[in-house]
Formats: sequence, C-alpha cells, structure tokens
Amino acid sequence: MTETRKPKLGVFKFASCDGCQLSILDCEDELLAIAGAVDIADFREASRAVLDGPYDLSLVEGSVTTAHDAERIKGIRAQSKVLVTIGACATAGGIQALRNFGDVEEYRRVVYARPEYIETLATSTAIADHISVDFELRGCPISKFQLLEAVGAFLQGRAPNLPNESVCIECKRRGNVCVLVAHGTPCLGPVTQAGCGAICPAFQRGCYGCFGPQATPNTNSLTEELKVLGVAPPAVQRLFRTFNANAPAFKAASTAATAEATAR
Amino acid sequence: MTERTIAVDYLARVEGEGALKVRIQDNRVEDVQLKIFEPPRFFEAFLRGRSYQEAPDITARICGICPVAYQMSSCHAMERALGMKVDGPIRELRRLLYCGEWIESHVLHVYLLHAPDFLGYPDAIHLAKDHPEAVQHALALKKVGNSLMTLLGGREIHPINVRIGGFYRAPTVAELKAFRPQLEGAMPLAEEMVRFAADLDFPKIEEDYEFVSLRHEHEYPMNEGDLVSSRDVHVPQDHWEDVFEEVQVPHSHALQSIRKKGGGSYLVGPLSRYALNRDHLTPHADELARSVGLENVVRNPYRSIIIRGIETVYAIEEALRIIDHYRRPERSFVEPPPVTEVRTGAAVTEAPRGILYHRYRIGPGGLIEDAKIVAPTSQNQKRIEDDLRHLVERSLALDEPTLTDACERAIRNHDPCISCATHFLKLDLERH
Repeated sequence: MTETRKPKLGVFKFASCDGCQLSILDCEDELLAIAGAVDIADFREASRAVLDGPYDLSLVEGSVTTAHDAERIKGIRAQSKVLVTIGACATAGGIQALRNFGDVEEYRRVVYARPEYIETLATSTAIADHISVDFELRGCPISKFQLLEAVGAFLQGRAPNLPNESVCIECKRRGNVCVLVAHGTPCLGPVTQAGCGAICPAFQRGCYGCFGPQATPNTNSLTEELKVLGVAPPAVQRLFRTFNANAPAFKAASTAATAEATAR
Repeated sequence: MTERTIAVDYLARVEGEGALKVRIQDNRVEDVQLKIFEPPRFFEAFLRGRSYQEAPDITARICGICPVAYQMSSCHAMERALGMKVDGPIRELRRLLYCGEWIESHVLHVYLLHAPDFLGYPDAIHLAKDHPEAVQHALALKKVGNSLMTLLGGREIHPINVRIGGFYRAPTVAELKAFRPQLEGAMPLAEEMVRFAADLDFPKIEEDYEFVSLRHEHEYPMNEGDLVSSRDVHVPQDHWEDVFEEVQVPHSHALQSIRKKGGGSYLVGPLSRYALNRDHLTPHADELARSVGLENVVRNPYRSIIIRGIETVYAIEEALRIIDHYRRPERSFVEPPPVTEVRTGAAVTEAPRGILYHRYRIGPGGLIEDAKIVAPTSQNQKRIEDDLRHLVERSLALDEPTLTDACERAIRNHDPCISCATHFLKLDLERH
C-alpha cells in the first residue's frame, strides 16, 4: 500500500507580535486533527523540526520592514504552491506601519541608544506589496474560525467561504444595540470588514477597525457622522490610523482628517 | 590555540525570532550573545501623540502571547499618572483576566514549548504520538485559560474589553458563575501537569540568582505590590528606574537591564515570584508544591516548569475565589479626570514570564508625550547569557550538536518572548 503524501504546511513570520500564528496553537479542539492532515514542514514557534520546501500551503504572518525580509518573502513565494497572508501586519502593514506617516530616522533615535545599528526600512508594508498572494485573512488578530475555514478549504481544494461584508451586518445578526446610533459612540463598524463577530459593540464599545476596510467602505460618510458626534479631526485621524493604518481606504480617510485638522 | 563557535541560527519554540552565538577560545568561554533579529517596531516612538486612552489597545500588540500584561501595565501607569483609584470588583476582574492569561501562557509553555526538551521530541505534535493523553489534557487546560480571557475580554488574543479605569462592560454574576464548571474541570488537569512536570529528569544545576518580582501584602502578585528582590531591593513599584537601568554593552551594542548598583544581572518570572511569594500561595497549591518536593526557593532553572504548573493551579483557585465573591459593579469603569497639566505615571505588573514596566508622560489634553516599556525578556536577557556561560563552561567536553541542544534548552527555561523584547534587546546586523 502506498501512503498518500500529506500536504506540507509552512508557517512564516515577519514583523509581528506572533499572535496570529499563536491562533493556530489556540485551535485547541482542532490542532491534533490539523497536525494529522498536514505535514508541518516549518513552524518555528512550535517546532524544532524543519523540512525543506516546496510547501503546499504557506501561512505568512507579519509585515515587511527590512531589506532582508523583502528578499526573504520572494524565496518563500517561490517555494509555496498556495500562499495565505494572516493578520493585519501581513495584509496591511500592521501597527508598525504608523512609521509610514512619521520620520523613521527620528523613531530610531527615540527608541535606540545606538540607532546606527538598527536595520530597518522607512516603511512597513503588506506582503502583497511585494509578491502575489493567493488569499488574505484579515484581523488583529485573525479569527481562528476563519483560519480553520481557510485551511479546511485548502485541504478540500475549494475557495474559502468568508464574508467581506461590514461589521454592521454581523452586529445586527448578533442582536447588538447599535453603539453609534443609540449611544453616540464613535464606531468603525460601518466601514470595517466582518469576521470578528462584532465583539466590540457586544462589549459596549465602538469597533476600532482591526479587520481593516470592507470591500466598499464609505469612509467619507462615516467621517461626517463622526463630526456630528463631536469627534474632532485629529481624533478621526487616530481612529483610522491604528492596526490597518496603511490599508488604502483607511489611509485616505486618515489623510483627509489630517488635512482638515491642519486647515483649521 | 583552538577556537570553537556554537551557533543556533534560529531558536525554535520561543516567541519571536532569535539566535544564539557562543565563542569559546582555548576552552574558555569568551563571549555569549543571545541575538535578536526580530525587526524593530518602534512602539515607544509612535505612542507619542496618541491619546493615553489608546495605550492598552496599542501596547497589547507588542506581544500576542501576553497582551493582558501590556494592557494591565499601561492601565495602571496611566491611572497612577491621573491619580485614579480603581478598587472593588473592577480590581478583582482585572486579576481574573490575568488568571486567564497565566493559565493559557503557562500551559502553552509547559507542554507545547518546554516539555518536548525534556522528553526528546522536536515539538508537541511528535510528543502527542507517544503521549496522546498528556497533549490532549494540555490543550483542554489551555482552552480553559483562553475561554476565561474570551469571557472577560471578548477574545483570547488582544482582548477588546480593557480600558483605563476598568472595563467597557462588566460581566454579570450569572455569566461568571456559568464558567465555574470549566475551572473545576481544569483543576485535576493542572494538578496532573504539576506531577507530570515534577517527574521529568532535571540536570542538577543551581544558579545564584537575584530574584526580582512584585510582592503584595496579602496576595500572590499580579497587578499590585512593591518591587522586591532576594537581596536588598524593596521599593514602591513605580520606582523601577531607581533600582534598574538599561545599559549598552560596548562590544555588542546591546541594551540590557541590570542592577544600577553593581551592574549585575537579575531574574524575573515564575522562579522569582515563587521564591519571594510562596507564603501567599493557596494552601492547596502550597501543599501540592510540597508533595512534589519543591523547596521554598528553587535555584535550578530547569525546574521552573514545575513552578509554572503550581502557578497554574494557583490561578485556577484564585479565579474560582474571585467568581464566588463577585458582585457586578454599578459602573464598569472609573471615569478618568480631564488632563489639564503634564502628568507622569509608571507601573509594574507580573506578565507570565516576569515583571513588565511601563512609564508614560501625558501632556495637557491627554496625548502621550513620552513612553518607556521594559519587557520581562529584556530584563532576563543578561541573566540568560549568564546561565549559558555557566552551562558552556561546565559542558566543554560535549560534542557540538549536544552542546548546542543544551544551550537552546537553557534559553527556553526562561520562556523568552522575543517580540516583546525587541525594542530593547541587542540587534546585531550579522546574518547567518
């Protein structure tokens, strides 16, 4: 009897907090089933065993912030049949993309006593800015249910079935009271992609956009609504400028708010 | 003259990207470098100009394994800056959330990251083939910690419910009571983890550590208490910078935390908390420690795995106690006062892997002007290098692969969290 070869899984890390790859180990009920269905070829956070590529499925966490990493991701792409980016760092540059709006030379001097020894690029960018990506999982962190759906879909040879609607839809489905309308709480739910389960409104706070912009976000309309609530332009800018600051729709919205703050 | 180099290019089963280099010359250890090539993310720089209320959510992103620690240290530092007092059920809920993180992080490290070292497996998946029950129990136990964080925080990684002054939403008594059975079910698994850890084979090594942790008058420390050491430190916790400092090592351009007085290394984490607070364990956790032969002070770093087990038992008992006494607060948070002048505040809390220091200066209007964050792993870095130096000196006769394995194990004893420490650990441009 010949044994069918199991798909090889690689998990790769770039600039990040490790939270998204930790989501794999947080799939407590499914971890051993996943480990039975694939050969874990490279997952340094979890294992010393390393198998060479090529990989059938690569999960990539983190953003590109060094010249070395900009090269390294090309090698991983070349070794990967299917490459899925996981989390806000990989899909939008993450919180560290705040440097893109500042002066990285000054940042270096603030944080490090010997800035000349710090190797870094002036920007933090999404993986898709450097290579072609087959699928993106959003979130800071990703949803482990979405991760299981994506890995399961890959193993079954089908496209992942994940929503690209707004958090508002999830929020209604959950039966939450709208924090924006009922309480006047600033909320990015209308322009943010679903997937988290609308947890922030369920805990009586506004969405802070950690899944990034949804497919057709009307950020101008939301910005107007926020102004009506009395949110000043600098605060609107900060609201759009967090974990997905460099995602194009949020970047445009925060830049517009900056321009308005400056004009005032 | 003979020269040997031990190099581990990529440390596995630690959180983040690190490497190790040891240089041996004429059977003498010349240099030990725990190297971090995790790219810098500049948190202290981009926190400037953000609202002080954003610090818990932003700093959580320094570490996906211990986000609650970052949320807690930032909240306490801001509240100290603003002269706020947070007490009663909100204080207890914070402790409950920390219990969830201690359980999740300790179980992750004990079974999935550390145990494979003792039993000779590359990872927990391979371990599961021969010891399926141990790994299944580990995952079940870890899940209880994560579920507690999800119940209180909305999700296990980067919880969304923590704010300056308390929580966005306080759970109901019924919601917490409903969680009791899960914690009760976790207790036998945690006790089993302690016995599992105690039965491992330990190298017979003792190190002369200066233990550093918080110490509270009445309880095993998490959020509150003074900063104390096993030698001569006893100061209020916001005086961290009076006792410790970050220095640059000339030959390696490293930033490391050391004692200001004497410049020595020190140890934070479970070994230290236990050595300085054993009298505050619950009777059950204390009895369990006694039954597996733990002395009052443990100086063998390998046996930290047992103490993580004891602290897990403690966290489960503490969570049960908090749930049983819980009364839902009228308001889920204390309202912060307006910021009308420059305020400064600092705080230390006990992350699973040791004390985490935050200090902030806030300007009028509430924007952060300056931030300083010292992660547990950057405080342990020099101490880990000391452990490695001693290990290599003892083990020069070993062949290269065996010695390299031994060095990796010695690092994992302290559960280093390299993503956290990046902005302070040495960053060497050499690439291997």
